[in-house]
Amino acid sequence: MITRVLMPKLSEAMEQGKVVKWLKREGEPVKGGDVIAEIETDKANVEIEAFGSGLLRKIIVPDGGQVPVGQVIGVIADPADDIGGVAADLPKAPAAAPPAEAPTRALPVEEAYKSAPETMAVVSMGAEISHVGGGGQAVAAPPSGGRVKASPLAKKIAAQSGVDLRGLQGTGPGGRIVRRDVETALAAAPAAPAPVAPVAPVAPAAPAAPPAAARPAFSVPSRPGVEFEDIPLTSMRAAIARRMPLSKGPVPHFYVTSEVAMDRAWALREELNALESSARVSVTDLVIRACALALSRHPAVNASFQGQAVRVHHRVHIGVAVALEGGLITPVLRDCDVKPLAQIAAESRDLAERARIGKLRVPELSGATFSISNLGMFDVEEFAAIINPPEGAILAVGSVIEKPVADGGQLRVGKRMRMTLSCDHRVIDGATGARFLQDVKRLLEEPLRLLV
Amino acid sequence: MPPAQTFDVVVVGTGPGGYVSAIRCAQLGLSVAAVEDDRPGGVCLNWGCIPTKALLRNAEVVSLLGRAAEFGITLGDWKADYAQAIQRSRRVADRMAKGVEFLLRKNKITLVRGRGVLTGRNLVEVASQDGTQSLEAGRAVILATGSEPKSLPGVTIDETVVISSNGAVRNETKPAALVVIGAGAVGMEFADIYAAYGVEVTVLEALPRVLPIEDEEVSTQVARLFARRGITLRTGVSVKAVTPGADGVAVEMEVEGKAERLRAAQVLVAVGRAARTGSLGLEALGLSMERGFVQVSPTMETSVKGIYAIGDMAGRQLLAHKAMAEGVVAAEAIAGRAPRPVDYDNVPSCTYCRPQVASIGQSEARARQSAREIAVGRFPFTANGKAVAMGEAEGFLKVVADKGSGELLGVHIVGPEATELIHEFAVGRTLEATLEDIVHTIHAHPTLSEAALEATLAALGQAIHM
Repeated sequence: MITRVLMPKLSEAMEQGKVVKWLKREGEPVKGGDVIAEIETDKANVEIEAFGSGLLRKIIVPDGGQVPVGQVIGVIADPADDIGGVAADLPKAPAAAPPAEAPTRALPVEEAYKSAPETMAVVSMGAEISHVGGGGQAVAAPPSGGRVKASPLAKKIAAQSGVDLRGLQGTGPGGRIVRRDVETALAAAPAAPAPVAPVAPVAPAAPAAPPAAARPAFSVPSRPGVEFEDIPLTSMRAAIARRMPLSKGPVPHFYVTSEVAMDRAWALREELNALESSARVSVTDLVIRACALALSRHPAVNASFQGQAVRVHHRVHIGVAVALEGGLITPVLRDCDVKPLAQIAAESRDLAERARIGKLRVPELSGATFSISNLGMFDVEEFAAIINPPEGAILAVGSVIEKPVADGGQLRVGKRMRMTLSCDHRVIDGATGARFLQDVKRLLEEPLRLLV
Repeated sequence: MPPAQTFDVVVVGTGPGGYVSAIRCAQLGLSVAAVEDDRPGGVCLNWGCIPTKALLRNAEVVSLLGRAAEFGITLGDWKADYAQAIQRSRRVADRMAKGVEFLLRKNKITLVRGRGVLTGRNLVEVASQDGTQSLEAGRAVILATGSEPKSLPGVTIDETVVISSNGAVRNETKPAALVVIGAGAVGMEFADIYAAYGVEVTVLEALPRVLPIEDEEVSTQVARLFARRGITLRTGVSVKAVTPGADGVAVEMEVEGKAERLRAAQVLVAVGRAARTGSLGLEALGLSMERGFVQVSPTMETSVKGIYAIGDMAGRQLLAHKAMAEGVVAAEAIAGRAPRPVDYDNVPSCTYCRPQVASIGQSEARARQSAREIAVGRFPFTANGKAVAMGEAEGFLKVVADKGSGELLGVHIVGPEATELIHEFAVGRTLEATLEDIVHTIHAHPTLSEAALEATLAALGQAIHM
C-alpha cells in the first residue's frame, strides 16, 4: 500500500509549513503512529505521525524545505510497491524557501489532503506542540486520543463533566493533571454571557478613505519592541473558548429587548438600603427577584432543550455572571422563586464575593435553569448575551440611565433600563419570550410586587 | 563560653521529625548540627512507638500461646514474665536508637548533647554538664522537640502509681488491676498489653466511644472485641479526681450525672500529649502559637523567618510519620527546593492493639455530611481465606467513596495487619486512584489484601465473595 505523507494544515490560517527534520531515513521501516518528522509553522513545532506502515520509501521535501499545506512531502510504501507514479506526479523537490505565493495546487492536492486518513487529525493544534522559544516549563498538551498525563480521578471527573483534559495545564507532580485542575476548569466553564471583561477600546471601523491629497503626511516614529504577544490560555480562558461556540453554534438564538421604567424600583431600592438591618440590595438583586417570580409564572422559559425533549424546570435556579480578572464565572442562586428579596441580596453578594476570591464550591457553579448578566456597572446601555447551554434563556441587563421620556404628552426625565432576553428557539418562541419579558418589566415597574 | 560554631542548619531534637530533617538537610549538601538532651530517636524510638510495638508483640505471643489448643498444640507449664517483656522492649528500643546515631554519623551530622535554647533567631545555646556552647545557624533552625504526656486537671502523674506512657514502658512490675484514662491509641494499646499479661483492666473514656477519632463502626467493633477479652470499657465518663492512697489509687468520676468511685493498683493517664516548647525560649522570639502548638506555613516555617518547626510541636496529627514527612519538607524548603507540602488529609492513622485499627481519610459519618452521594463497601475478614487460615478473622475493611467519581474518600480497617493494609489506599489516594483502579488491580490470593479488593467491589455493588 502506498501512503502519501502530506504537509498538515495545523490551523485555519496556515498556508504552508516547513519540514524541520525527518526523524526517519529513506528506506527505514515505519508503522502507523510512529513519529516520522517535525514540522514548523509560524508559531510552533509539531511532530507528525505516520498513518500507514511500510518503509519510508521517499523523502520528497528534505529538511528545511517549505511547501504549501496538503503537499506530499514523503511516501510510505511496501518495498514491492512502485512509487514512480507518486513521485512523478509531484513537482520537483522544492527549494528550501519557495516564493511565498507558491500557488497551492488547486484541486488534486486539496483532495489528496482531504482524503488523508482520519489519523491526520492527530496533528491538530492541540497536538504535541513544543513552544518555539518557550520557557521550557510549558507542559505540552498531550496528543488527542493519546496519553494524557492525568490522575484516574481527574480523568473520570473530566469524562463525566465533559471537560477536555487536553486543554488543561496540570499542577500535579511533573505537570500531571489532578482533580483540582479539572475542578478549576469546571468552575470556569458554566459562564456564558457575551462580553464581560471590559475590553480595551476598539478603534471604530475605519471610515471610507478621504482623498489622499487631503491627508498630511504622518511618519510613524520607530517603535521598538515586539508587535504582539501570545498569552497562553489559562484553564478558564480555554474553558470559555471551548464552551461559547457550543452555544452560539448549535443553539439558535433570538433576542427580545425591552425598556423598563426604573424610577419606582430605584426609589424602593434606596428606601430598602436606608433601612439599617437589611442586606444591601442591588439592581441585579431586584432583577433576579423579578425574573424568579416571572419564571415561576412562565415555566416555558425556565426550560432547557434535551435533544428528545424540552425539560421544564419546577424550581428556579438563577446563574448570575460575575466578571473576574481574565474571565467570568456564573455562580448559581438556588430556589430563587421561594426566596425573599433580602435573602437573594445576601446570597448573591456572598456568591459574588467568593467568586472573586476563588472560594466557590463546585456545586455552586452548576444547575442554573436561567441566567442573568448585568453589565450596567460598565455603562453599557444594552447588549445581548450568549446562552449557557443547556439553559433556555439568559437576560442581559444594561445600566439604569436618566433620559427624557414622554409621559402623558409631557416630556420629563425618567430612569430607564434596557434588558435583552436571549432565547433558545428550540425551546422558546418569540411570543413566549416576549410575554415573559413583559412580566419582568411589569414587576420591576411595580416593585412592591417584588416584596410580597 | 567558647565562640559559636556555625552550621547551615541547627536541628533541635532528634526524634523522628528531627533526625529525618537533619539527614535530608545533609543529603542536600548542608552542614547540620543536631541537638539532643536524651538519646537520639526521641519519644518514638525510646519511649513510644517502638518499645510499645515490642510489648504488643509479646502480648500477641502470650495470647497465641493461650490459644495453643485451638491449633492442636499441647503446652506444658508455661509462664509469661512481664519484666522480661519490658527488658525485651528496651533492647529493641536500644537497637533502633543506636541505628539513629549511626545514621547521624553516616551523614556527617554533628550531634551536640545537651538542652537547646533559642537565644536569637539563628542562635541555639546548648547547656550540658560540660558547660554551655553556642551554635549559629547560617540558614535555618529547625525545632523538633516533640511533645509530652498531658494530664487531667487535679491529676498528678508520679510515674509510680499514677503513670503515663513514659512510666508504663519502663515499669517491670505490673499491677493486679489497672485503670486506663483515655481510650485513644495509647490507652487502647496499653490496655491490650496489660490485659494479655493478666491484669484486670478498666478503660475510661470521656467521649461516647473508644478510639473516638476513628470511624464509628470501627469503635463499636473494637469495643465488642475488647469486652470479649474481659477488658472493661466505660465511655462517657468524666474523671474528677485520682487520689493515691495506702491501698492503691481511688478514681472519682461522674457517669451520666452520677458520682462513682473506682479502685485500682495503678492508673495510666493517656489523655493526649502537649507540645514540648516550654524551655525553648520561643516567647522571647515572638513565635505565633495556637492552642499550645507552634504555627507553621506549608513549608514548616514559623512566624519568624528562618525558624522552622516540625512534628508534634507543630500540631495537627501527633504522629511520627507526619513528623518525618514534615522534616523532609522543611529540609527541602531550607535547601531552596520547592517541596510538595504535607497532605494532612492523607496521613494514615494506626492503632496497634489487637485487632489492629488503621484508617485514612474521612469517616463514613463525615463523608455523609458532605453534599455528595457516597458509596460504602464493607468486607468482613471472616470471608477472607488468609485471615481464617491465620485464625485472625475478626474485623472488617470498609471503603467510603464518592459515588459519582469513585474517589476514595476514606478507608477504615479493623483486623489483622490493618496497619499494613492501609497503605494500598494511601498510595491510591496520593495518585487519585478511583474505585475502578483498585478493582482493576489484581490482588494475590490468598492474602489479607484481598479484603481491600472485595470491599472496593462492594462499594461498586459487585462483591464476589459475599
